[in-house]
Amino acid sequence: MGEGSELDALRRGDEAAFVDLIQRLHGPMLRLAMAYVADHHVAEDVVQEAWLTAIRSLDRFEGRSSFKTWISGIVINHARSRRRKESRFLTFTSLLRGDEADRRGPTVDPSRFGRDGAWRELPTTWQNIPEDRLIGAETLDRIRSAIQDLPPKHREVIVLRDVAQLDAAAVGDLLGISAENQRVRLHRARAAVRKSLEEYLA
Amino acid sequence: MRCRDVVELMTDYLEGALSARDRERFEEHIAGCDGCRAYLEQLRLTLKAVSRLADEAIPEPVQAQLTEAFRTWTSTAR
Repeated sequence: MGEGSELDALRRGDEAAFVDLIQRLHGPMLRLAMAYVADHHVAEDVVQEAWLTAIRSLDRFEGRSSFKTWISGIVINHARSRRRKESRFLTFTSLLRGDEADRRGPTVDPSRFGRDGAWRELPTTWQNIPEDRLIGAETLDRIRSAIQDLPPKHREVIVLRDVAQLDAAAVGDLLGISAENQRVRLHRARAAVRKSLEEYLA
Repeated sequence: MRCRDVVELMTDYLEGALSARDRERFEEHIAGCDGCRAYLEQLRLTLKAVSRLADEAIPEPVQAQLTEAFRTWTSTAR
C-alpha cells in the first residue's frame, strides 16, 4: 500500500489497515524508543503512548513526510521526555559519553594496518557463516548490546537508518542534523557494531 | 588510496556521497583488494543483521488496546 492510500485508509477508519501498520512498525518503533530509554517495558510504554498520540492527531497529519517518519518523530518526542524524567537516575559517566559523539579519528584499530596503510592481516570473509548464525538470536543480542554501548547520538542515527530504515533526508529532518554530520555518526556506529560482530563471530 | 583510508570512506560510498572521482578510485581499490572487499562485505552483512532487530512482534494486549483506541477515534472524532 502506498503512503497516500495508507493515510486515506486510516482516515476512513479502516481497521485492517491500522492493525497492519502497528504490526509492521512495532519492532522498528520499539528499537527506536530503546535508543533513548534502555528499559524494555518503558520503551513499550513509550511506543504505545506514541500510537495514542498519533491516533488523536491523524486529522492533523498533513502527509508532508512519510507516515513512518511522522510516527518516528512522535516516538522520539515521547522517548526523550521520558528520558528527561528519568535522567536524574543516569550516572555521571553516561552523561559524559554524549561528548564523544562527534569525535573523529579512525574507526578501525590502526594496528591492523602496516606502515604503508595496507592490511597486516586481512579481514576474514563472512560469506561462509550460515544465515542462522549471522542473524541468530545470540548474534542479535550481541548487536543490541553493541548499539546500547554507543554514544546516544550515534545510537539514534543507526536505529533510525538501519533498523527503522528511514532515508537520510527523513533522518536529517527528524534530528535536525546536517547530511555530513549524519554520515559521520552513522559511519562510527556501523563500524562499532561491525567490530563487535567481528569479535563475536571470530 | 590506502586500505586505512578506504575503510573510513565505506559509509560515504554506501550513501552515494563520494565525488565521482573518489568513487572511481574507491571502486578501483576494492576491485584489487581482498581485505577491503571483505571489510565492505562484513559491513553489508552487519547492516543486514542490524535490520533484523526490527523483527519484534507487537504484544497481543497492546494490539488490542490500540485497535480499541483507533475504533473509538473512528466512531467519535468526526
